[in-house]
Amino acid sequence: MRHGRYPFIVGFLFAPVTLYVVFVIWPYLQAFYISMNAWRGFAVPPRWVGFDNFSRMFEDDRFWRAVWHNGLLLITLPLITIAIALFFAFLLSVGGKSKRGDMAGIWGSKFYRVVFFFPQVLAVPIIAVLFQTVYRPNESGLINGILMKLGLDPILFMIEPSLALPSIIAVLIWQAVGFYVVLFSAGMGSIPKDLYEAAELDGASRTRMFFNVTLPLLRDTVQVAWVYLGIAAFDAFAIVNVLAIADGGPDGATTVLALEIYRAYGKNDFGYASALGVALFFLTITFAALTLRVTRREAIEY
Amino acid sequence: MPESTHPTLLSRRELLRRAAAVGLLVSPAGALLSACATSGGDDDESPSGGGKKSEKNPFAVKEDAPLEVVIFNGGYTDKYAVEVHEPLYKKSFPKAEIKHQATPEIKTVLQPRFAGGNPPDFVNNSGSGSMDFGALVADGQLLDLTPLWDAPSVDDPDKKVRDTVVPGTVDVGSFNGKPYVLYYVSTVFGLWYSGKLFKDKGWTAPTDWDSFVKVLDAMKAAKITPYAYAGANAAYYQWNVILTHAAKIGGADVLKNIDNLEDGAWTNDAVKEAATMWSEVGAKYMDKSHEGLKHTDVQLQQNQYKVGFYPSGDWLENEQKKDAPADFEYQMVPIPSKSGGKMSAAAVRATAGEGYVVPAKAKNSAGGMEYMRLMLSLEGAKGFANLIKSPTVVVGGAEGVTFPPGVTSSQAALKAAGDDVVNIFFDGWYKDLDTEARAATNELMFGRIKADAFVQRIQKKADAIKKDSSVTKFKR
Repeated sequence: MRHGRYPFIVGFLFAPVTLYVVFVIWPYLQAFYISMNAWRGFAVPPRWVGFDNFSRMFEDDRFWRAVWHNGLLLITLPLITIAIALFFAFLLSVGGKSKRGDMAGIWGSKFYRVVFFFPQVLAVPIIAVLFQTVYRPNESGLINGILMKLGLDPILFMIEPSLALPSIIAVLIWQAVGFYVVLFSAGMGSIPKDLYEAAELDGASRTRMFFNVTLPLLRDTVQVAWVYLGIAAFDAFAIVNVLAIADGGPDGATTVLALEIYRAYGKNDFGYASALGVALFFLTITFAALTLRVTRREAIEY
Repeated sequence: MPESTHPTLLSRRELLRRAAAVGLLVSPAGALLSACATSGGDDDESPSGGGKKSEKNPFAVKEDAPLEVVIFNGGYTDKYAVEVHEPLYKKSFPKAEIKHQATPEIKTVLQPRFAGGNPPDFVNNSGSGSMDFGALVADGQLLDLTPLWDAPSVDDPDKKVRDTVVPGTVDVGSFNGKPYVLYYVSTVFGLWYSGKLFKDKGWTAPTDWDSFVKVLDAMKAAKITPYAYAGANAAYYQWNVILTHAAKIGGADVLKNIDNLEDGAWTNDAVKEAATMWSEVGAKYMDKSHEGLKHTDVQLQQNQYKVGFYPSGDWLENEQKKDAPADFEYQMVPIPSKSGGKMSAAAVRATAGEGYVVPAKAKNSAGGMEYMRLMLSLEGAKGFANLIKSPTVVVGGAEGVTFPPGVTSSQAALKAAGDDVVNIFFDGWYKDLDTEARAATNELMFGRIKADAFVQRIQKKADAIKKDSSVTKFKR
């Protein structure tokens, strides 16, 4: 029945490919088109302006600040999140005492695993609103309330320009760690126990075990985490929009590309917003391609 | 500044909407929607209603044509439309069906409809989620309201509608001389304080800069933060103070030059002097934590007697109705100034706020205009004033209405100001300039820059906008 195979495959592919073209490919092309136009989003035909929106973008101070902030996020967010998540996952999976060669997590690891996952269950805007209270600059803030009771000066988290972005990065990390702890724990669970047993017999310490057994065998998982977190670093819109004062402030100290897009949309500057969107598209796709290319290596079979 | 009059608190739902709004550009599905939008909407404009023109129906509204009304659900709620204005329309056109919608997010709801060429007939475009008036005008989306202002008024057919409103009303809603927006609510700006607090402490309302500073000192001694505004989302309340003060020093032209993007309008000595004086208030009498708070938080602190003076417009009293103690007794004074300025100490910024428009492509645009004419009748104005406790722009429309203490004091201040009334338009015309002024104001008031840097920074932005040919310019 070989001749019936192609219609069969085509029949299955038709719906998803159509959906993909209509809802992904075509809109992207449209975004590229709008980015070359001046358009206020009303029923007036867009006016062709060529690369004007892009040259405006390259001259815009806030665009470069946003790119810089996204760049900072791109480095710090995956690095710190993966480091913390690996540490916790290691403790939860193989950090405890081994009983007759059987590696186990530290005491209460099942409980911690659930607790770590909590932030992931909360919607992002709720987390932002939550941290508004945590960071609040006066006595009703969670941190500053305690500090002020102790007679100390409040820390102006979202107000001090040098503190604002780190405070936002901290929230992003807090929110992301749980998921990657679970992801890495699952990865570690699939590493054969006898490898650890052998390492232990050879007298390897916990640290040695982590770097020489766990990490190499988790490579693929870490790579996936890196790509996910990198893409998340290009977003960060919800947290910045709710948590930062004065639209990515103070004075643009926390703005990111997605927020700039939103601001351009707010000004009915759809062409410019699309140009920013196109820039974001290229940045994201470059990052994903680079990461996958650089980290490509043959998988270890076990 | 109607679109910025009430910064609404960000709710979770609103955030999701905003996120969706960004998705509109970034994400595939949204871009598809806008794709449809760019190609759609070549409807014919139909300004006439197609009904019978008469003295009672000057726009020839078709009597059974449905009317779609969209009201901003903010500080004023939509009660006044449902209980006062829509019944008036229904009385004139019993056969017409009124479709009413209220939303706190005008732009989210209406942008797609404007894009599709299918807008409603009457829109209350207001709130922080409002559509950009400048953009709407520049793209010809709004109906020219000249026929409305020239139509006979409801109460006296011998009088044109434009002669039944306070002077300046038509101009406030005009763009390059053409009226497009009806601003309906009389708004006065100043510094607000609690009459009760002042009585209890034996303080007197300041009349000039020296007495103002004296009260600030007394407040500081009483462990009350003397002066506050919300840096997180309402910094424009403060540039409004600085600029009004600058006008008192250098005359009303200071503001006109700023609006018209004249060279050196911001680096003018009057602006610099006002900025210097207020940056000193910022350094001495403000609490650093207020930069991180929203207007609702700071207003609440004032209601708890933790904050002395707070700059705002006279919607404040109505906005805080639920939070302020019953005996709080809001009072307003004009921005205090030193003697020797070009305007009197009583000068205030006053304007008409809360914008209403009729879309050019509305199906029943004649009905939308007639709805406005009815709003501007004495019955419509009194109904509004009674319900909302704010006076409208209709002359005599507040007679017999008793206002609460705050609005009473702001109306008295407006009367006392006489001809010394100023207004500011640039924030509605050039959003980028507003953004820059807000950022610079926080920098100035919370001590990160000095007055010189403040004016130069905003001037630079104003110059850039002036040069940018993609921005539609407005003059007054």
